[in-house]
Amino acid sequence: MRYLLPVRARGFLSKRMLSDDDIRRALTRIAHEVVERNQGAESLVFVGIHTRGVFLAQRLADRVEEFEQVRVPVGALDIGLYRDDIAAGPRPHLHPTDIPTDVNGKRLVIVDDVLYTGRTIRAALDAITDLGRPQVIQLAVLVDRGHRELPIRADYVGKNIPTSRAQQVSVRLIEVDGADEVTLVGEGRYDNS
Amino acid sequence: MTTRSDVRPASATEVLPSSLPPRRHVLDLDDYSIEEIELVMQTTDAMGEVLRRSIRKVPTLQGKTVVTLFYEPSTRTRVSFEQAGKVLSADVINLSIASSSVEKGESLLNTARTLEATQADVIIIRHGASGAPNFLARCIEGSVINAGDGAHAHPTQALLDLYTLRQRLGSIEGAKVAIVGDVLHSRVARSNLWGLAAAGAQVVLCGPPTLLPMDWLRDQHLQGRLASISVTTSINDALDGADAVMTLRLQKERQQDGLIPSLREYARSYQINADRLKLAKTGAPVMHPGPMNEGVEISSEVAHGAASVIEAQVANGVAVRMAVLYLLATGRGEE
Repeated sequence: MRYLLPVRARGFLSKRMLSDDDIRRALTRIAHEVVERNQGAESLVFVGIHTRGVFLAQRLADRVEEFEQVRVPVGALDIGLYRDDIAAGPRPHLHPTDIPTDVNGKRLVIVDDVLYTGRTIRAALDAITDLGRPQVIQLAVLVDRGHRELPIRADYVGKNIPTSRAQQVSVRLIEVDGADEVTLVGEGRYDNS
Repeated sequence: MTTRSDVRPASATEVLPSSLPPRRHVLDLDDYSIEEIELVMQTTDAMGEVLRRSIRKVPTLQGKTVVTLFYEPSTRTRVSFEQAGKVLSADVINLSIASSSVEKGESLLNTARTLEATQADVIIIRHGASGAPNFLARCIEGSVINAGDGAHAHPTQALLDLYTLRQRLGSIEGAKVAIVGDVLHSRVARSNLWGLAAAGAQVVLCGPPTLLPMDWLRDQHLQGRLASISVTTSINDALDGADAVMTLRLQKERQQDGLIPSLREYARSYQINADRLKLAKTGAPVMHPGPMNEGVEISSEVAHGAASVIEAQVANGVAVRMAVLYLLATGRGEE
């Protein structure tokens, strides 16, 4: 039994990668980058992926409103109906997709908390295609943890965090979790210490 | 499309599907917990959004085969299951079987074996014999959905009734729901009893004494089930202060045994009409599972009036059945 203890303890190691201030600064920077690259905020639409992506999208819209005086419409996208692992995968809660504006011809930015295999974004692209034909679709994520399984990349990244597949990236946001922080959980080396 | 600036993210009261065991069959609502019913309701919300799109198609059940196997006539149930399957991109096969003189158990088993060979993922069955879907569920590998069996159960109708009530009343908990009519022969009423009881409604069953399932209900009460269900033969008591009224089709084909004196007599005593409806709360929705005998259990004035939610029931039928199909298909890999 005493040999088991260190192993289990190692599994619960966690390290904070982003503080609330880090998250705030990253979102402010992304908001500026989005407006700069799209030459204004007029035809933008932020579409957050349920659940935490929606809150991040709203924060981005708040930032843009502060310095551009334009309120970018924020939509909520549920990709549950577009997953490629319906039978075998986890059983996520299905939410209604709610995009408050016509997406045709818009410059649409998908917002999510963590970019990992890319399969969620693949499903999101299918879901958006069913709703219309935006002029441009871009991707903003708070954390890119690598290990892509599809040819997908983010246009705006809050922080690149190198991880092993055994680790978990936990994003907590005030709106749902009571605090803002990103932690890395699980075994592996911690390079940023 | 209107433009709003913001949307509300997920509600805090959502049910996590992973907290519930995966379900293989939908045979009745008597094995549904309040959480599982709520999960179906919340999933139906998401399906309703898909049905409001200009292109009503999502790829969710691509490559799945759904078979409808109807031994009894039906229009809305069958069509709404077919549409639900097609919106979710499943391959839907309609097997139409005219009622035959072949002994029921044997023919059903043979059909089930044939279906096994076609590797149907979901079989939706309607049958005149109570318990036929349960029998089928024991014989085959795939999922079985009961689309009505004898006087036993019709779970998806009850789920869409619950969803319609939830839409109109906000919450079903504590609501007084009057179920009026031929309760004895009604599989819709029976499934609704389980669902409404689980959801915490106060249900009053009302009808002539010969059309109330007194023995069955006494058995359930003795087992400590359906305690919130009461019975009355007085239509005025049933409707008094009701939050919602559910009328049932008088099953004329089953009235040969002299259970009621005449249709006119029945209509005089138990028809839901505008005068009687004044006893219920203002704006109380009136429901009917269809097909209606207008002028018998419900007056035309009420059936097509402001209180009627009968069309909403039909519209919700597709979304509810999409939710049921989706929930059967997800998480099967965990078994």
